[in-house]
Amino acid sequence: MTAVLELRRVSKVYGSGPTEVHALREVDLEVGGSELVAVMGPSGSGKSTLLTIAGSLEEPTGGEVLVGGSALSGMTRNQRARLRRRWIGYVFQDFNLLAGLTAVENAALPLELDGVGQRAARTTGLAALEELGVADRAARYPDELSGGERQRVAIARAVVGDRRLLLADEPTGALDSVNGEGVMRLLRAACKRGLAGVVVTHDAQLASWADRVVFLRDGRVVDQTARPPGAESLLTRGPNP
Amino acid sequence: MSVRHALLALLSEGPKYGLQLRQEFEARTGEVWPLNVGQVYTTLQRLERDGLAESDDPEGDGPQKGFRITAAGDRELAQWLRTPPEATSPPRDELVIKVLVATRMPGVDVHELIQVHRRHLVELMQQYTYLKAEAPEHDVGLALVVDAELFRLEAVVRWLDAADARLVQLPAALPAAAPAVAPRPARRVGVRR
Repeated sequence: MTAVLELRRVSKVYGSGPTEVHALREVDLEVGGSELVAVMGPSGSGKSTLLTIAGSLEEPTGGEVLVGGSALSGMTRNQRARLRRRWIGYVFQDFNLLAGLTAVENAALPLELDGVGQRAARTTGLAALEELGVADRAARYPDELSGGERQRVAIARAVVGDRRLLLADEPTGALDSVNGEGVMRLLRAACKRGLAGVVVTHDAQLASWADRVVFLRDGRVVDQTARPPGAESLLTRGPNP
Repeated sequence: MSVRHALLALLSEGPKYGLQLRQEFEARTGEVWPLNVGQVYTTLQRLERDGLAESDDPEGDGPQKGFRITAAGDRELAQWLRTPPEATSPPRDELVIKVLVATRMPGVDVHELIQVHRRHLVELMQQYTYLKAEAPEHDVGLALVVDAELFRLEAVVRWLDAADARLVQLPAALPAAAPAVAPRPARRVGVRR
């Protein structure tokens, strides 16, 4: 099966000469449909750069990024923009909702930008809000929503329509741990429905919601967890694991 | 964890049989802390001996023997709930010792060693999170037990992250392999026998 996202020896260098910074060094990463991968690393390890390159918001200086089997480097600017609108959903730490739009207008925005008629886009947007349990907030503006509700709307916008790839950068932001867990449950559920997900974080609790955790250090993938978590057991580990 | 007080807590709801106590204990801790039957009966015998619980048949034995809490047991339970648990660090934290030792061993990449432990801990956290994710949302008991383990493991990962960063920033500040004058240990936290 083709990976939804594939990074092949991806490098990113900012600046040149003595001020050169190697943000990513020959990173390989494959993420399949229905898989949630967490990329964990300290500040400055290249996590956010990896995400913006995977999401085609930035170009690598070396290597290749493939989304759905197609190389981004072989696409025109317009093709890449269309791919971003149709296939890729982003969730940011600070939600990035547009203040002048209601929850449903925010959720439907990527579809409208892609040329879907307003009525159809809003119907699909509302369905996404419903899936995330905030359909009753559809007509509210972001400043009328709680932090948890705003993040749900942001996730709805990221999964609306027929998205294949979900990219999240520290998606629980400043939410408390129970609300943060709620966000991770939603991202996990979206991936179980078929999306490929990548979440970058420095937080081990958030990362532990993923099927696989990849460790980044100084722009390199240095390690990853061995196997997806399963029911096998902690329960047989003895009384005091 | 105090099995003794957990059993007293279950008995405070009303009289129960030994086997029933074991099942309820496991169910309420999300089956994360299994108990064996022997442990339950030994604890019940001690509670009876100490006057904190009494049985309906002091001479009898076996799974049909019922127990109830006494007034002294109620007082003991109330006091235990409010007594702060032992929060000092364990006499020796094995991981801290390993990292300290590694910083002084020639040929050992401390960062790689830290990563080995970090990965192991994150894998364990994934297993716990999986339990929580797959459990019904109303299973608060399991969520509480799993959260406790997750926060404990997360604290260790954060310590590893901090150690990793410190060793990058201050590699020269590592303790010398053979100090000319052995420093008198002023602080013995974590290295007591």
